[in-house]
Amino acid sequence: MSLQRVVLDPLVSNNPITLQVLGVCSALAVTRTLLPALIMSIAVTAVLAFANVSVSLIRHIIPRSIRIIIEVTLIASAVIVVDEVLKAYAPGVSRILSVFVGLIITNCIVLGRTETFAMNNGVGASLLDGVGNGVGYSLVLICVASTRELLGTGSLLGYPVLRLVGDGGSYVPNGLMALPASAFFVIALLIWLVRSWRPAQVEVPEYLSRRLEFQETA
Amino acid sequence: MEGYLNLILRAVFVENLALSFLLGMCTYLAVSKQVTTALGLGLAMIVVETLTVPINNLIYEHLLSRGALAWLGLGQLDLTYLKLITFIGVIAALIQILEMVLDRYAPTLHSRLGIFLPLLTVNCAILGASLFMVQREYDFAESLAYGFGAGVGWALAIVAFAAIRERLKYSDVPPGLQGLGLAFIVTGMLSLGFSGLAGIAF
Repeated sequence: MSLQRVVLDPLVSNNPITLQVLGVCSALAVTRTLLPALIMSIAVTAVLAFANVSVSLIRHIIPRSIRIIIEVTLIASAVIVVDEVLKAYAPGVSRILSVFVGLIITNCIVLGRTETFAMNNGVGASLLDGVGNGVGYSLVLICVASTRELLGTGSLLGYPVLRLVGDGGSYVPNGLMALPASAFFVIALLIWLVRSWRPAQVEVPEYLSRRLEFQETA
Repeated sequence: MEGYLNLILRAVFVENLALSFLLGMCTYLAVSKQVTTALGLGLAMIVVETLTVPINNLIYEHLLSRGALAWLGLGQLDLTYLKLITFIGVIAALIQILEMVLDRYAPTLHSRLGIFLPLLTVNCAILGASLFMVQREYDFAESLAYGFGAGVGWALAIVAFAAIRERLKYSDVPPGLQGLGLAFIVTGMLSLGFSGLAGIAF
């Protein structure tokens, strides 16, 4: 696989959230407004790049049987650094993100990429893969968060975009967008959009895929 | 006593880890195609949550929090930043031990839960419950109640979701929504339903 594809593939055609189904939890939970989603994107991309590079550096000396625990330890160390930096320089956002920064450790994107990519590839390619997947994750996060903030409060990053009814405008804020449930709906619509654009990603219903297998064997 | 019951009820219905904090979604979406497997995973989740949250509470209170090591003459020491790496280590080790104990003393239970236990190490609902325990400053008994409630809530969510998904197997949906997309919409509706339980208490 060429280096260019390593970076560009995770953006749409092999996106970690909409296709690989990795790292969904945090993508849903921090997207009520745009600012925390942006910070979370940067944090996850940084952790991904660091974890991929460090695992790739020592991939030849990690014993096969304890690789998961080594990967988790490396990821946890990176997350601790990110958590402390956020507490020091952005205490407000750190409070909004609360436990979700810590939960980057169990974000399956990070473990998934170190396990499937960094364990088998060189340092440079692993760095690019980490950044690519981080950006792919960030794209989904930013789409969902801007939709939710814009429709839920009429503003973006705190700046008013749609004039609200209360201030003499015409937009009635949509209270549903403040509920956790709306994150599911927005991501579902996003998946629908991506799959209409790239029909190759559409899943075959289970009963049909069984029938196809049966026909092939018969 | 009522306080603990309320804590459990709140953890199951109001602050449901899966449906209102959206934790543990990867496993939730992946292992919910059949009710029986979802039930197995849910049971494993209840056991692991009930054990890890109180154990992490003990470790946090007596080893990591500021002043906890005063008996060593290290009263100024504040190790709370180590909580992430400690908790994940405890969770991984505990799941490993639980698997070995079950294998030795309850082989039938092990064959039912065994495949799910390793999956739970990287389930963010488990680490999340321990982090919420720290953030809300629960004591030991409260964290026992909270861990149990959080596990039951997650199990309830995944079993309900699997039951709905089984019914949807043959439904005719737009191709782009088939599979993952539909799963998200159904979870969203479940989550909306659960938000109606916000006032529940004894």
